[in-house]
Amino acid sequence: MTRLRTEPNIFDSDGFFQELLDLHRDCSKDESDALNISLILLLANHIGDREVLREAMKAAACVSLRSEREP
Amino acid sequence: MRTFETPLYPYERSPDHDAPAPARHPVVVVGAGPAGLAAAIDLARRDIPVVLLDENDRVSHGSRAICFAKRALEIFDRLGCGDEIVDHGVTWSRGKVFFRDRRIYEFDLLAEEGHRRPAFINLQQYRLEELLVRRLRDLQSEGRPVELRGGSRVTKVEPAADSVLLTVDTPEGPYRLEAEWVVACDGAGSTVRRELGLEFAGRVFEDHFLIADVVMKADFPTERWFWFDPPFNPGQSALLHKQPEGLWRIDLQLGPGVDREEEQRPENVVPRLRQMLGDDIEFEIEWISVYTFQCARIDRFRHGRVLFAGDAAHQVSPFGARGANSGLQDVDNLVWKLERVLRGGSPDSLLDSYDAERVPAADENILNSTRSTDFISPKSETSRLFRDTVLNLAETQPMARPLVNSGRLSLPHVYLDSPLQSPDTDGLPARTRPGSPAVDAPIGDGWLLARLGDHFQLLALGNCAAETGCAGVPAGIRREAPASGSSAALGIDVPDDEPGLEVVRLPAGRHPLLDERYLGDAPGALYLLRPDQHVAARFTDYDPERIASAFRRASAQETDDP
Repeated sequence: MTRLRTEPNIFDSDGFFQELLDLHRDCSKDESDALNISLILLLANHIGDREVLREAMKAAACVSLRSEREP
Repeated sequence: MRTFETPLYPYERSPDHDAPAPARHPVVVVGAGPAGLAAAIDLARRDIPVVLLDENDRVSHGSRAICFAKRALEIFDRLGCGDEIVDHGVTWSRGKVFFRDRRIYEFDLLAEEGHRRPAFINLQQYRLEELLVRRLRDLQSEGRPVELRGGSRVTKVEPAADSVLLTVDTPEGPYRLEAEWVVACDGAGSTVRRELGLEFAGRVFEDHFLIADVVMKADFPTERWFWFDPPFNPGQSALLHKQPEGLWRIDLQLGPGVDREEEQRPENVVPRLRQMLGDDIEFEIEWISVYTFQCARIDRFRHGRVLFAGDAAHQVSPFGARGANSGLQDVDNLVWKLERVLRGGSPDSLLDSYDAERVPAADENILNSTRSTDFISPKSETSRLFRDTVLNLAETQPMARPLVNSGRLSLPHVYLDSPLQSPDTDGLPARTRPGSPAVDAPIGDGWLLARLGDHFQLLALGNCAAETGCAGVPAGIRREAPASGSSAALGIDVPDDEPGLEVVRLPAGRHPLLDERYLGDAPGALYLLRPDQHVAARFTDYDPERIASAFRRASAQETDDP
């Protein structure tokens, strides 16, 4: 039984996505990486639930591995 | 002459050297470091004759263990030298963490109230060893059966049917000894381990560290300072920690592939230290060394009649002070078992539980110290970026501070899966569940742990403390007499029967912290405590059969599932 919410859950998703990209607009690659890590850590701490975090890591790994394999 | 240059136990010819056949001893401990000395002291206190062999004649020199955690101090209390050791040490609880040129946060490992001993003290290993040798000498003068033979190097170990033959080399040539049990505390490069051909498997770390003990008159506070990527050691880490007598421990990470000799030369070390400490601090170097380390252990700590403890059994990185602390816990776990087996009170399968309990403890220490090492020296670009981001976040976000890992300081292992432990009873606090070391608490003018001593006991609390509570716990529960002893032949005084299972009664309402730690919301409880002060079983009602069964299980006299 999965506990990670994978159905849409963000109000105004376009607005959120724009905000996320705006955050990175003036960043170098290194700055962007650091920013992403800070964001992961802050959000992970907010979630706190190790099971949810584990499922999220697994889901993220599945997606990126699949995209790697595509031609 | 400095302490570590003074011969404390000079070589003397042993009568065993001239014996026609190898002299037989119940226990020979190899190696007089902290673990070996503690083992010999504990055995001697229990009147088990013990010979402690060491290849040197003085305490160890150089930069070794400095940080002794609360559990180790409680073990020293049990061995009768806790006060001397704590009085010599420096008590600390505060620390600062620096990243590049900034102090990012401070912490206080504020010890919980109601414990006799602080979370940690710092004390040079040679000073600790000196105090342990003093304790051993005191026991000798009380007539306890302990011998410390300096200049005695074990060169050969030959397991036989019911003993182990040791060849001991001395300035006057070799002789042989027969040991019923050997406790190998002869360190990371253990001869005993090599002689038995045992693999020491694990992970070797490439990083070099420069460690310096310096004497300086500085009014730095008694704190642990840790730097990640400081200006005076770019890309690496550094540690500054206070020791007694104006001595400071400095640890500088050097990275892989360095020239050890070159790095240790004063002309290279001094400018580095000056940059770290500031130009106006005067210091004198007591000791410098460059080291690397590995995290490794032997597969099993019991090999027949040879029992491995401390660094001979397992090695960890220095981060987290888990080396000497875990060696002392090994010995704490082992000695009472050896006593029971030697006196015939338990079968020798009790010693298998030493392995079953201390191997997971070693794995826990290896896991923790490996994680610290990986945080301190990230192994990939991504892990470095994560590490640096955690450090940056930690400056303003308290949530990131638990992720900063410059060493997770040693806590005692809980023997959760031990074969000696009985199933838990619901409704009692988690921290004192079976497998845990007894948690200290103030009781009147004294302390719980001081009251417990070091034999099997039943702690009767709350309404179980009254004679009429818990259906009436009797004044003493008689243990069964041990099998008539073969160990009498070894000169051990085997009593006709062991003392009864002593009941320590502490009624509720008088010692609030004791009640909080052992009762929680329960009105009463009975705790069966082992000689090493770990909880073997606990109950909320008095059932003599279940207590007897838990005792038999905890002493390996009953191995069936209850």
